[in-house]
Amino acid sequence: MGLELFNTFILLLLVVAALAALRIRDLITASAVFGIYSFLMCLLWAEMGAVDVAFTEATVGAGISTVVLVATIFNLKRKSND
Amino acid sequence: MKWISLVPVLAVGGLLLFAAKDFPEWGDPQSPASSSPVSSHFINNTGVDTEVPNMVTAVLADYRGFDTMFETVVVFIAGVAVIAILKGSGRRRGGLRKDHEVEAEPDLIVTNTVRLVVPVIQIFAFYVLAHGHVSPGGGFQGGVVMGASFILLALAWDLDHALVRMSLPKCIIIAAAGIILYGGIGFLSMLLGGEFLDYAELEKVLPVSREMARYHAMLGVEIGVGFTVTSIMFALYANLSSEGRLKGGL
Amino acid sequence: MFEDGTVLNELLVERLNYFIYVVLLLIGLHAMIAKKNLIKKLIGMSIFQTAIILFYVSISVKEDATIPIYKPEHDPHGEHTYAQNLDVNSSNSEMGAGHGPVALQSAETAQYANPLPHVLMLTAIVVGVATLGLALALCQRIYQGYGTIEEDELLNKIERADARTSLSPLAKAKSSRKLSNRNSRKSVLEETGKEKTKGVASMRATTGSKQKSSAPKRKAIANPSQAKPRKPVAQKPSGKKPGGSSKPNKGSA
Repeated sequence: MGLELFNTFILLLLVVAALAALRIRDLITASAVFGIYSFLMCLLWAEMGAVDVAFTEATVGAGISTVVLVATIFNLKRKSND
Repeated sequence: MKWISLVPVLAVGGLLLFAAKDFPEWGDPQSPASSSPVSSHFINNTGVDTEVPNMVTAVLADYRGFDTMFETVVVFIAGVAVIAILKGSGRRRGGLRKDHEVEAEPDLIVTNTVRLVVPVIQIFAFYVLAHGHVSPGGGFQGGVVMGASFILLALAWDLDHALVRMSLPKCIIIAAAGIILYGGIGFLSMLLGGEFLDYAELEKVLPVSREMARYHAMLGVEIGVGFTVTSIMFALYANLSSEGRLKGGL
Repeated sequence: MFEDGTVLNELLVERLNYFIYVVLLLIGLHAMIAKKNLIKKLIGMSIFQTAIILFYVSISVKEDATIPIYKPEHDPHGEHTYAQNLDVNSSNSEMGAGHGPVALQSAETAQYANPLPHVLMLTAIVVGVATLGLALALCQRIYQGYGTIEEDELLNKIERADARTSLSPLAKAKSSRKLSNRNSRKSVLEETGKEKTKGVASMRATTGSKQKSSAPKRKAIANPSQAKPRKPVAQKPSGKKPGGSSKPNKGSA
């Protein structure tokens, strides 16, 4: 039951994080929220028994892709119109 | 105008939810994916065939080695394409420069912390790579962690500081060397009389049994993957953060 | 509302994972279609991708199963295996024929999660970040060329650049040869000439040089995107705002 609650909580949080990452107009904040989304996804997968996938997502999704996004946005316009 | 995009989205959503009705029960061990002979074979025989406790590593590097090899090639090609796209494009053009760019000395606290942390990260990367047979980890994860340590160097000082340790030509050479190592192990097993990537044939050159030959060849393959991923991840960051100019801070 | 057997109960309680995967996939799809900002589109694409990975991982879950790494009693190098072998033939347990683990039985198979979807998705994540980097590089290149990553502004600029390049090569090609012998062209030429004087002075300078040598002419036709940003540069000294290369254009549009 505890795990199920954890699962449900993370699933709902995932939707919130995904919507937030797309609503926020400041692109650097958006990519930070996308990092949060990735890390939540990693937690969920670890809970579901996919440890290797979770590890990869923690390093790649929450780590490298956030850094690469931020590095790119530093060279672009930071504000988004939508 | 915006609501038009909702039409395909809702159509796809309706179809998918309609299909979700027919998905197997949550966690059902008898679901088609879990009861297929392929998956059962991997679970049952990984220990016998390769003596690798982590089935994911065994399937990744051995049973599906051909797939992983070309995934690595895809990563390599993506990295080379980024270098090619951004090369020579970042001419500094007057006012187009962003306003948040600051030319400051590297912070003392940050640099000293990074100096302490980077060796630990790199050792951890080697651990993840080498210990991937018995615990979560492997070439991809270890490579990414290793690349992240170089990115950390570039963030704490500036890009030049990291490029002294890992220049872009070196990146490409190491990335290519990783793929060559992977393919080389495949061809070596071919030369020894097996098929491409049939690691068991390596027992003829390694002083171990057929199973352990597969075990050790998998380690070699993972090291190749780690090489490629490390250098491509760093090359991605180096090019994207500096618009291909390869100097200066973020 | 949530009693057993109803559709909502099916979707929201028993199969929440599948439901959320569909929701995330739709969020990503909607972002890819509706968002105007290219970076936002890429974030949407990544969400789409993780949603699909979530689906694959959900499929691999088994009730009461552990992670796909052998437990100590099945571990090929575990003490358990060696202890068994010592009983069988204690003399050469290291290299003997009886050495090594045995294949699992089907009852034991159910103790481990399905490793195959994990493997497929593991490589997909890494390839995903590599392609994300490639897309970001293209974004940077687009920004260098056009000074914006908003889709609608981008389309505007491309249209105007197209309009200009479709007029000016015509003007210079025809004006050099057929000006003298074709009267019907005259009106067009007058228009383009007007456009040119109204437009950028550097543009005219390049057309002038183009008539002399053929190599720069080809270059200018081949990529109008390269010729385009020269205009903001020329205007830059007058408009002093940094980072606002798109603003002078918008004002003149």
